[in-house]
Amino acid sequence: MKRLTISPPLAAVLLAIVLFLLSGFLPNGFGGNLDVATAQAINIVRLSVFLGIIAAGQTLVIISGGEGIDLSTGAVVTLTAILTYTIVNGRNEQVLPALLAVLVVGGLIGLVNGAGIAFLAISPLVMTLGMAGVVSGLILVITHGNVSGAVAPIMTQLIARPVLLGIPGAILIWAVFAALMWLLLERTAFGRRLFAIGANRTTARLSGINVTGMVIATYALSGMLAGLGGFLVVGNTGVVHIRIGDPFLFPSIAAVAVGGTLLTGGKGSYFGTMAGALVLTLITSLLTTMQMQESVRRMVLGATLLTMIAIYGRQRGFRQ
Amino acid sequence: MKQSRWQQATYRHPYLFALLLLAVAFTVNALLQPNLLEPTTLNSNMRVFLPLILVAVGQAIVMIGGGIDISVGSIVSVTNAILATQIGLSGDLSTAGVIMGVALLAGMGAGALNGLCVAYLRLQPIITTFATSFIYSGLALFILPNPGGGVPSRLTAFYRETIILWLPLAFYVIALILLIWAAIRRTRYGRYLYAVGGKADAAYETGVPVRAVQFSTYVISGFMAALGGIAMTLLTGSGNAQVGDPLTLSSITAAVIGGTPLSGGAGGVAGPMIGAIILGLIRNIISFANVATWWQTFVNAAIIVLALATPGIINLVRRRNR
Repeated sequence: MKRLTISPPLAAVLLAIVLFLLSGFLPNGFGGNLDVATAQAINIVRLSVFLGIIAAGQTLVIISGGEGIDLSTGAVVTLTAILTYTIVNGRNEQVLPALLAVLVVGGLIGLVNGAGIAFLAISPLVMTLGMAGVVSGLILVITHGNVSGAVAPIMTQLIARPVLLGIPGAILIWAVFAALMWLLLERTAFGRRLFAIGANRTTARLSGINVTGMVIATYALSGMLAGLGGFLVVGNTGVVHIRIGDPFLFPSIAAVAVGGTLLTGGKGSYFGTMAGALVLTLITSLLTTMQMQESVRRMVLGATLLTMIAIYGRQRGFRQ
Repeated sequence: MKQSRWQQATYRHPYLFALLLLAVAFTVNALLQPNLLEPTTLNSNMRVFLPLILVAVGQAIVMIGGGIDISVGSIVSVTNAILATQIGLSGDLSTAGVIMGVALLAGMGAGALNGLCVAYLRLQPIITTFATSFIYSGLALFILPNPGGGVPSRLTAFYRETIILWLPLAFYVIALILLIWAAIRRTRYGRYLYAVGGKADAAYETGVPVRAVQFSTYVISGFMAALGGIAMTLLTGSGNAQVGDPLTLSSITAAVIGGTPLSGGAGGVAGPMIGAIILGLIRNIISFANVATWWQTFVNAAIIVLALATPGIINLVRRRNR
């Protein structure tokens, strides 16, 4: 069987570029105007940042293997977005405490996920699904359906507005974040152990890796990153509602898969996830620009996703 | 590692824990709602539980075969949209029968697309059925853009009020499925199903048609989801293209509570049915225990997590005590 030699992250980036160029020919596309094209491109990348950072935690748990997945991501994003909104309440000096709070809360939720998975042997999908329900319930208990608060001016300034050479802060944050993720995965003991437990838990344990500790740490980290995502999402939108995180849940998994990270664990990269987030965001916003009906939009999104994973998400066959 | 007796018991009887949980949930519910066993109350409960029971059975069969189906909720919605628009509130019964047949075929077709992608294109089940769930939910919205339409009241009355020999209609549907399942398990296909879910490589080596078996589980799941959609439509009597959404995750929870592990190759169909009934009873208990409205989601989820965690806690305690 012919194998594609092009790597999935690169394929996703190329696909994004081609799609973007094609979108210029749409009736309300940028046409030949380079300035408008640049502005649109920057805007797409800016919108991808939030999915990209939320999907970072998802990347880690998926690499960790053992059917690893985090379905509590959406609920954690919602909870932490609401927390940020209430704690900050329009004051600049409250931004750092809020950031700290969302990291701790997200981390604690992840810790419980990890403990349930590692100690009680509950499958990750079910454990995090249950946790998503608990967190959604908590949100209703705390907010009673309506949230009061506000984001701080400095958050809007740093996240949503251009900061340097017309580039929005969110993109700069993403660049730094990506460098940190690369360091974590490729240059630290944690990263090496993560790939090791993802490839084979038994051999990892025999070579002296504390698998239980690693699993718990990975889920805690995933929760923290979802918390960071919630913080950034609310900083971008400036408003919050009690389902704000839901639309990020399955796309965060799809971004990881489209980026070429094996859903069975042990192999993958954050760059792939970034490319996946870019493609998914681009397709979603293209479908919105084309003013399609919601029904057609969903069908096209589903079919595109299916095509992308069919191109390079295939598992190995038996006859090899 | 030597297994504890509890582990052995739960391995041999995957429904054991579900049955215990059912007994507890049933007792608590009966204390709060003393007329629970009267035919009319039993009927009003079972007719609400039936759609999830049907969907959970399909989900469990996919899980036994080593996969997962995230698109079942959307298939339920498609079925509902088809029935509500094509039969209509004043439709006659023969049209209704034909349309239901069409809906079941549509469900199997949707399942066949899932099966084709997972089994023959070798795509990962969770992400594939997630992608197709968009296609199906888009299709449901396309057929029925705004909530409306419905089915004739004669049909809904038949679903809602049929009680034969003190037992509601749902019991006969459940009994029929259990009988069919018992027959299937004894066939070669039944053994293949468990072999494929347990160790696909080994099954392939020994000549099991792995891909065909995997494909079939998704078709069955699509069929059961469509059946669930028909039950749902007869229950509500109206059309809403998003009616199936909550059933996807509930069906997975029901299957897991019912002793079907996500790793495949084990479990059965009775367990997930019990699991679906347990989920329904928990909702009942919460509404009868006068839990404050804002707390209901939380309490519901917390009980479910506790139920999922209990077997693990028991194992942990037993290992510590040895």
